[in-house]
Amino acid sequence: MRRSKLLFVPLWVTYVFLYLPIVVLVVMSFNAGESAYTYEGFSLKWYGELAADERIRNGLINTLVVAVGSTAIATVLGTLLAVGLARHSRSKALDALALMPAVLPDLVLAIGLLLFYGVIALTLGHYSVILSHALFSMAFVAAVVRTRLSGADTSLEEASRDLGAGHVVTFMKITLPQLAPGIVAGALLAFTLSLDEFVIAFFTIGNAEPTLPIVIYSMIRFGVTPKINALAAILLLVSFVAVIAGQRLTRIGEAQRAEG
Amino acid sequence: MTSELKARPASPSRGRRLGAFVFLSPGLTYLVVLLLVPLALVLSNTVFQRGRFGGVVYEFTTENFARLMDPLYLGVVGGSLRIAALTTAIALLIGYPTAYAIARLSPRWKTIALVAIVLPFWTNFIIRVYAWIILLSGPGLVNSGMAAIGLGPYELLYNQGAIVTGLLYSYLPLMVLPLYAAIERLDPQLREASANLGASPFTTFRKVTLPLTVPGVLSGCLFVFVPSFGNFVIPEILGGNKSIMVGNLIRDQFLKARDWPFGSTLALALIAVLLVLLMAQAWMARRA
Repeated sequence: MRRSKLLFVPLWVTYVFLYLPIVVLVVMSFNAGESAYTYEGFSLKWYGELAADERIRNGLINTLVVAVGSTAIATVLGTLLAVGLARHSRSKALDALALMPAVLPDLVLAIGLLLFYGVIALTLGHYSVILSHALFSMAFVAAVVRTRLSGADTSLEEASRDLGAGHVVTFMKITLPQLAPGIVAGALLAFTLSLDEFVIAFFTIGNAEPTLPIVIYSMIRFGVTPKINALAAILLLVSFVAVIAGQRLTRIGEAQRAEG
Repeated sequence: MTSELKARPASPSRGRRLGAFVFLSPGLTYLVVLLLVPLALVLSNTVFQRGRFGGVVYEFTTENFARLMDPLYLGVVGGSLRIAALTTAIALLIGYPTAYAIARLSPRWKTIALVAIVLPFWTNFIIRVYAWIILLSGPGLVNSGMAAIGLGPYELLYNQGAIVTGLLYSYLPLMVLPLYAAIERLDPQLREASANLGASPFTTFRKVTLPLTVPGVLSGCLFVFVPSFGNFVIPEILGGNKSIMVGNLIRDQFLKARDWPFGSTLALALIAVLLVLLMAQAWMARRA
């Protein structure tokens, strides 16, 4: 009995380590005082200041623009790539190539893209960040959709082709609806990754208006303010809700698959 | 559509090739243009000279590699290796017992425990690092806590310890997940058999559990080491001006010193270290 309780001590240590900083951030965001370190009573004033901060508001808009753009590209290309690799290719090298953007260090991707945009003389801006984010997002979408494909029943596709439908028609009418939950999950993943991405955006945005992670980064470099804590608390809430919604979604998808 | 209908029986392979082309070419084109060409540029830059005002002059030189061998830069690479290795070792020491405990939970609690491990990972990366400024700073929570038991205050921020803490905090979930997957798969009967044959719990762990979970250990170590080694954000926010890692050096070459060829050479060194580790991991996983 005592030994089995001892087993769970490391688990609690890990949870304290993982959540203590988050709790401190959230508590300090309600601080009435000016300090980010000592709590002096409850107040919502930092949330008010946050709402009034134009840089943060613009940063959020830029981040959303980049995330929507890159997710759109990544979802289309990633889904096609997943189907192509699963149904029309046996090449291990192509599989590895499709995963590479997800595996390589972000810094290496960032400098490669910066060099490339320089060579083709592309003026850096939000669209270069969109193209760059779509690169690694595509790899994640393709991976998620492939997992779904490997579990999918191929007999429907075969039946469709036996009945004379071409590859494209079979894809639109049979494969795509089957893959829908996987595609949605992949798109959500791509969207979240883009929202949070800093390194590649930092290298490929040029002089355009910064995305939110870049705004936060430059704010932190100027010093600690409870305003960032308020922002952190809101972002935490958003990502927690998104993760739990995503969990639900995959569970619904799995349930559907189990039924079908 | 009708033409496809007619053509299909005549040449089934033509339809297949068309399908392969339609599905594969957009994504592969994107990968070639935005991944392989940029990587080739990084690679080729290492043998060219820097332009006087940034950019690249396409004249052959080995100067970049000579400069890489400078003890100053080798020291930075070595220091980054040490920090990444230390982070990985601590992550393994914390991550293994954590994953082991989760694997022993009931199925319902397993899911909840795993989501709780991953959840912080989905919050903004910069903000997670920023939280440690508040915790580790002079008047921060860690020092207040230590003062309560009559210790400190210590200088906890802007040193290598702070960098390791930040890296550990950011990448610990990447250690726990593959370890959990490996431990979960173990047949509990193996442990029981070992115990029935008189082995102590420690011997059972050392001779049965640990060897069978080596692939998980290796993946976890790789997942933590790779992003730690090439990191420049965490050393910059938590390490202050004193400590600099290879990631900071690469960043500075590209965005400050504008020496793209040398920056590319440093990046190549980074990729080379990671490739060696990847091959070592594959080799050890095959042996295990």
